[in-house]
Amino acid sequence: MRRILSTAVIEFRIALRNRWVAIAMVLMVVFALVLAAAGAAPTGDIGADRLSVTVASLTSLAVYLVPLIALLMSFDAIAGEVERGTLPLLLTYPVARAEVLAGKLLAHLLVLTLAVTAGYGAAALAAFWSDPASLKGIPALLRLIWSSVLLGATFLGAGYALSSLARRPSGAAGLAVGLWLGAVVLYDLALLALIVSDGGGAFTTRALPAALLANPADAFRLFNLAAAGASGAAGGMGGAAAAIPLWQSALSVGLWPFLALGLAIAAFRKVTP
Amino acid sequence: MTSTLTISALTKRFGPVEALTDVSLTLAPGQRVALLGHNGAGKSTLMKILLGLIPYDAGEVTVCGALPGSATARVQVAYLPENAAFHPALTGEEQIRHYLRLRGEAPSQAMDLLARVGLAHAARRRIGTYSKGMRQRVGLAQTLIGQPRLLVLDEPTSGLDPVSRRDFYALLDGLAAGGTSILLSSHVLTEVEARTDRILILSKGRLVAEGTLTDLRREAALPVAITVTPAADYQDSLASALPGAVPGPDGTLHLTCGQSEKLAVLARITGLGARVQDVDVIPPSLEDIYSHFSRRDGQ
Repeated sequence: MRRILSTAVIEFRIALRNRWVAIAMVLMVVFALVLAAAGAAPTGDIGADRLSVTVASLTSLAVYLVPLIALLMSFDAIAGEVERGTLPLLLTYPVARAEVLAGKLLAHLLVLTLAVTAGYGAAALAAFWSDPASLKGIPALLRLIWSSVLLGATFLGAGYALSSLARRPSGAAGLAVGLWLGAVVLYDLALLALIVSDGGGAFTTRALPAALLANPADAFRLFNLAAAGASGAAGGMGGAAAAIPLWQSALSVGLWPFLALGLAIAAFRKVTP
Repeated sequence: MTSTLTISALTKRFGPVEALTDVSLTLAPGQRVALLGHNGAGKSTLMKILLGLIPYDAGEVTVCGALPGSATARVQVAYLPENAAFHPALTGEEQIRHYLRLRGEAPSQAMDLLARVGLAHAARRRIGTYSKGMRQRVGLAQTLIGQPRLLVLDEPTSGLDPVSRRDFYALLDGLAAGGTSILLSSHVLTEVEARTDRILILSKGRLVAEGTLTDLRREAALPVAITVTPAADYQDSLASALPGAVPGPDGTLHLTCGQSEKLAVLARITGLGARVQDVDVIPPSLEDIYSHFSRRDGQ
């Protein structure tokens, strides 16, 4: 535990000095405030408080931004050590590879937590300021924060795995961008295309829910929308969110981080310095 | 006392290439052993195997009574990689404190360790601003953590100036006196000569020679060079008295002879009396012995 904590402290310090903490926080705050401002128009029609509406918008934002920030922080984690030549020495220390990864994960999760808390917090403050009834939306906000951290953990783990597989930062960066595009953008587009061509057939009713749950980003979106009962405010995925039981999306959100970290450990074990 | 490191019949292949072939060696506590060899001779590969960083194909390796790379071994082994590298955003002190915690030692020893390698003044500066020699000292400082039983040093003095080298070997002497076994590789043969108990020569993955410098010198049986400086006006008569001597540009005469004939040749020279002004006997250097052994096997 001491070794994990020490690794986490060192990694957090590096993240601070590399401006990752500042970059991630500014990114989240700016986007969240833009969304809060843009979402100010339709209030009233939906019958929900401002914060709940904001949380629904933030959910869509988090699906894109949280995996991106997580992958940007993690792609260099192993490949960077290989390139700098710091890995051989580290691996001769009495520290398990899983402990090294756990330390890095802890530090990067802290950065992510700070970033999402700052971003969502800023948007929430804006909501309180214009609508005092927003207090009702606080549970949804907290749920969004912790589920965002879990989503981040999933993509951090995936980033470490890619970093171990690529062995070079440039290769790892390419793989990370590919994963982000694939999991967050193309996956949904492909599902959409299938739904359209299927015309409400077997795919839409049977395979679609499973396909949505299998993707951590989609499961995150489903979970937050279904839990908040704010499907109507988000549209699009709303129908699907209503059809899938909450426990299933919660399970996917909760299991993915462990799966991703397991993959990362397996990939890291294969790295010979 | 049991040996710190035992390697027997170790073989390592990279694809079709045999990087190490049938290498055996043992290291007793407190022994300092130098590993010599050209680039690609297998020195770094051997070190990485006994650190558990890369697997091997055949043979047996025991490090401090355990498998290389096992938790038991890693606790007792310290390593200084060739061109020690650290994260440039950290200060020397932060880096050493981290290494101390990883080894379960008190991080407060960091400044003391850095002072021992002469880096106290730069401890709070980022490693990114350090010179190569300073990074090498950070690397050295981390090997001193917690009195390791085996120290593996890959080209430890590269990047160090002569004074730092002397300090460095003084540190090693202290550690060896405390029972730490030291395995180091080096290109600078002259410093290895004075500072190690035993020399191993690797050539193309094979251990071609092993022993003290005296052992190796005897085994190589390289000719001894003798330089005779004639007294004034006796150059020609001296040259005719010493058949086989090659005159040098400065008027001196150069002879070579086998180890066993050395005394006889010297007796003949001293028998020439006043015609000889001075005699120098030059034993084969470590460089000569090294190239003798590494060439012999390579051909």
